[in-house]
Amino acid sequence: MFDLKKRSTLKAGLLVVASSMMLAACGEKTETKTAAAPAAAPAPAAAPASGPLKVAFVYVGPVGDGGWTFAHDQGRKAVEAAFGDKIQTTFVEKVPESSDAERVFRDLASQGNKLIFGTTFGYMEPMLKVAKDFPDVKFEHATGYKTAPNMAVYETKTYEGAYLAGVIAGKTTKSNKLGVVASFPIPEVIRNINAFTLGAQSVNPSVTTRAVWISSWFDPAKERDAAMTMIGQGVDVLIQNTDSPATLQAAEEKGVNAFGWDSDMSSYGPKAHLGSAIIDWAPYYKQAIQSALDGNWKNGETWWGVKEKSINLVNVNASVSEEAKAAMEAKKAQLAEGKAIVFAGPLVDQSGKEMVPAGKEADVGMLKGMNFYVKGVEGSIPK
Amino acid sequence: MDTFLLLLTPALAATINAGTPLMLAAFGLLVNEKAGVLNLGAEGMMLLAAIAGFAATIATGSATLGFVAGALGGMAAAGFFAVLVLWLNTNQYATGLALSIFGAGLSAFVGIPYTGLSLKTSSMAIPVLSKIPFIGPVLFNHHPMVYLALVLCAWLAWFLNHSRTGLVLRAAGESPESAHALGYNVRRIRLLAVLFGGACCGLAGAYLALVYTPMWQEGMTAGKGWIALALTTFACWKPWRVVAGALLFGGVTILQLNLQGLGIAVPSQIMAMLPYVATIVVLALISRNPDWIRLNIPASLGKNFNPNAA
Repeated sequence: MFDLKKRSTLKAGLLVVASSMMLAACGEKTETKTAAAPAAAPAPAAAPASGPLKVAFVYVGPVGDGGWTFAHDQGRKAVEAAFGDKIQTTFVEKVPESSDAERVFRDLASQGNKLIFGTTFGYMEPMLKVAKDFPDVKFEHATGYKTAPNMAVYETKTYEGAYLAGVIAGKTTKSNKLGVVASFPIPEVIRNINAFTLGAQSVNPSVTTRAVWISSWFDPAKERDAAMTMIGQGVDVLIQNTDSPATLQAAEEKGVNAFGWDSDMSSYGPKAHLGSAIIDWAPYYKQAIQSALDGNWKNGETWWGVKEKSINLVNVNASVSEEAKAAMEAKKAQLAEGKAIVFAGPLVDQSGKEMVPAGKEADVGMLKGMNFYVKGVEGSIPK
Repeated sequence: MDTFLLLLTPALAATINAGTPLMLAAFGLLVNEKAGVLNLGAEGMMLLAAIAGFAATIATGSATLGFVAGALGGMAAAGFFAVLVLWLNTNQYATGLALSIFGAGLSAFVGIPYTGLSLKTSSMAIPVLSKIPFIGPVLFNHHPMVYLALVLCAWLAWFLNHSRTGLVLRAAGESPESAHALGYNVRRIRLLAVLFGGACCGLAGAYLALVYTPMWQEGMTAGKGWIALALTTFACWKPWRVVAGALLFGGVTILQLNLQGLGIAVPSQIMAMLPYVATIVVLALISRNPDWIRLNIPASLGKNFNPNAA
């Protein structure tokens, strides 16, 4: 008797759930229809949106990585604070750069998100595919190079942060040997190694840089080993293009100096930390969402740096000399005016070959495909 | 010559440091496997122990308590595995893999508030001895856990080959039916071996989070548990060979990084493959030669034993 009762309540419950689900499904359908209609109709531009703009973020790492993904999520929080109830954001973390990503994009698009950010290079192909199937959804891809009518790419000039760090490193080093813990030999990382070196050379022509590649974005023990190796070889200022603070920690342990990367890492090595080259994604996310709200979103390519407040060198250690600070601030001011001082000519590669003549600056093609070390970097790029 | 020594000293010291967590974990897994239980969950146990040890040290300020918490954390995870495998007779391979994935997830979840914190590092030089040129900085400038690992190795070598309990443990791994028939409680022996394995993996995980890179980061073991598993096979289940193998596997990474720093390019992918390639070679060798395999692989490794069905 009791059992039967229980079962019937269960049934009733199921019925309620099922009917509400059907209602919800219908509601969603009509919503997409009305949303699609103005796009198909020729004239009525940007009809007053019903409800908030739904914005989604897809991350490759956990939001607690203290580096790359953490920085993107700070950007998401900033736009949420700035736009209030005009937008509604969601995020999905730890999405691998595989067919899983396609599924996540597809899910988010069919859930009514109208602007979707994908924050790692490997999302490029899955995003392109999904963008084709959802023409009324806007897609934004970080660090890639392929666009579509409804897909834009955006990136930040991390090399400007590396350059500013280099200026401080050049003024701080005593051995004139700098080191970089590097991940993979792709243009972005090579650009950062070069920029770090050029920044240091701008204030101290006798510095040399060496890079140790660890074939990973994240392997704290190996990052530490690489840092220790270079310290053992006489390097006294380090920077890293990997995601953990292990390099900074190794520097702290051995009494040399290092930088934070992507986020402020000063807490990991208060004495060793000279400054952190950080990325602030908020300015770009604000602009992209604003243009989507205004109805003038475009599928361009964006590459922002110090000028647009996307890149900065923060929390410079009190132990850094006033002279070094002043030199760095002067360079930062130039970058803020939009001057391309980092890869300005004369730019010479390792072998002494002139890559950019005096008075010119490296074009975007050279920057985006950089595959050579500048003079002053030792060793060779792994193939 | 002087500059050569100058470069060699930190490289050798770093090799010993890098080999220690591999050694510790491999000792535990070796005992596990000698008792006939294969625990593929090493990576998960190490991660759980790393966060347990790190959290305990942050809370109490004591690295010793951190190591104790790490060992207990590893044992707790191993105990969970033991209940499933020894009492519920689940498949050892699948359960171990599940533990590995579960440990990675749980440690990441528990560790969220600990991301961004850092422990103080201190000099660990042994007075007088560490002042000896060359030998001092290479051998006598390490964390006490490094020396403890070597003591553990000596004890294990004696325990497995020269003690009665060691003999019984090996019997449980070679022929649990015979051990059972002789009146030994195979389940209890295996339980203790699994717990010992968890404790050792726990010490290894705690070493990573407290000494090697004194911080917590999700997934920070980065495959070391798997290398330790490969190491037990590579060493043919002999404690001293584990030490040699750990130094070799730890050493190739350090060597490769040093060569790179000097401007000599070595493909790091090949170096990363090396432990696994070496293990496959050893496996192929010992499987081919019937004399060797009889001496080495515990005959009932990976096979469950149910005393009620025996």
